[in-house]
Amino acid sequence: MNVVQEAITWLNDPLNWSGPGGIWALTREHLLMTLAAVLLASVVAIPLGIWLGHSHRLQRGAAAVIVVANTTRALPTLAIIIILATAGLFGDTATVIAAAVFALPVLLSTTFTGVRGVDPAVTDAARGMGMGGGRVVGRVELPLAVPYLAAGLRTTIVQVVATIPLAALAGGGGLGQIISLGFGTQRYGQVLAGGVIVAVLCLLVDGVLALVQRAVTPASVRAESRAAARAV
Amino acid sequence: MAGRFGRVAANPWFSWDYVTANWDAIREALIIHASLTVEAVAIAIVVSVPLAALATRVRWLAGPVVGFASTLYTIPSLALFAILAPFMGIGRAPVLLGLVLYALVILVRTAVAALQGVDPAVLDAARGLGYGRARRFWTVELPSALPGIVTGVRLATVSTVALVTVGVVVGYGGLGNLLFRGFQSFYRAEITTATVLCLLLALVLDVLLWLVGRALTPWLRGRAA
Repeated sequence: MNVVQEAITWLNDPLNWSGPGGIWALTREHLLMTLAAVLLASVVAIPLGIWLGHSHRLQRGAAAVIVVANTTRALPTLAIIIILATAGLFGDTATVIAAAVFALPVLLSTTFTGVRGVDPAVTDAARGMGMGGGRVVGRVELPLAVPYLAAGLRTTIVQVVATIPLAALAGGGGLGQIISLGFGTQRYGQVLAGGVIVAVLCLLVDGVLALVQRAVTPASVRAESRAAARAV
Repeated sequence: MAGRFGRVAANPWFSWDYVTANWDAIREALIIHASLTVEAVAIAIVVSVPLAALATRVRWLAGPVVGFASTLYTIPSLALFAILAPFMGIGRAPVLLGLVLYALVILVRTAVAALQGVDPAVLDAARGLGYGRARRFWTVELPSALPGIVTGVRLATVSTVALVTVGVVVGYGGLGNLLFRGFQSFYRAEITTATVLCLLLALVLDVLLWLVGRALTPWLRGRAA
C-alpha cells in the first residue's frame, strides 16, 4: 500500500519527531492543553457536583444537570471551537475553553451520581455520630464516591485528549496539526501517520488512567467501580 | 455599522437574509447530514443487535466484544477519519464508515447491557411454556430489552448528528461544511445557522425515536418513564 509506505517513511524521519513543530513538542503541548482543560472543568464541575449530590433539597437542579449533560452531546465540538474562533478567541486558549466546556457535563454528572448514590443510611449514621455537613462530605460521601469520580475523570481526560485535535482545524495547537496540515497539503501518508499517533496517544492515556483508577479505588468498592465505569 | 475605524461590514450572529438567499445550499447540507445520520444508525442497528445477542448467549464473548467497542470509542473521530481517508478516498464512504463504527460502539454496549438485564425468571417462564430458542428471543427477550436498546439508539443518533460535522475534513460533513466555510470566510451567520440546525436535527430525531420507542412498547405506557 502506497499510503502506508508514505506514513512509515514520515514516521521514520527523525526531523518529524524533534524540533519545535515535531511530534514530541506537539505531544507535550497536547498534554499541557489537556491538563489545563481538565483542571478548568474540575474546578467548576466537581464542587458543583458534590453540592448538588449532597443537598437532597435540590432535586430539580439535579434533574436539570442530567438533561444538560445529555444535550451537550448533540452540540458539535467543531461548532463550539469555530464559534469561539469567530468571536475572537483563537488558538490554544480557545481550544482549552472548548475542551473544558465539553468536559464539564461529563464530570458534573459522574460526580453528582457518585455523591448522590451514597447509601442514605450511611450518611444518616455519620450525622448520628455528630458529624457536620462538611465532615459528612469530606469523610463519608467523597470517599464512597471515589469509584465514580475516578471513572468520571478518566472518561473526561480521554475525551479531552480526543477533542483537542479538532481544534487544529481552526488553527489550534496540539497533535491535530499533523492531520490538518496533511489534509491541507494532500499528503495522505502524513494524515495516516497523524491519525495513528493521535489514536495511540488516546489509547495510552486511557490505559495509564485505567491503572491509576484501579490503584485509587479500594478493593472493597472495586466491584462497584466496574459498574460505575460501565454506567459512564 | 459606523465605528471609530469608519464603516465596517456588519457581521451579525444571525441573519434571515443569509438563510433565505442560501436556502438551497443549506437544504442540501441538511439533507446530506440527516441522510448520513439515519443511514449510519440504521446500519449500526442491523449489525449490533445480532452481535449483542451473540455476546449475551456466548458468555465469554461479552468481555472481548464490549472491550473492543470501548477501545474503538477511545479513538478520536478526526484520527479515525484520518486513518480511513487515505484508503477510501475523499467523500461519503469514509464518513459513513466512521459514523457506523462509532454508532456501533454505543449500540453494542447498550444492547449487551439491555439484553443482560432481562429478568432470568421471565426467560425461564418462557422456556417452561415450551418456547423454542428463536421464539423466546423474538417474543420475550428482545421486547424486554427494547427500552434499553431504544435508549442506546437515541444516544447513538444524537452523537452521530454531532459527529457528522467532523466529516468536513474529508470534504463531506453535511452542516459541518457550512460551519467550516463560515469559519474560513469569517461569516458568523453561516456558523450560527449550521450549529442551530445541527441541534434542531438532533432534537427532532431524538423526539421521533422516543415516539417510536413508545409505539414499540405499548405495555410500558402509564408506568413512570
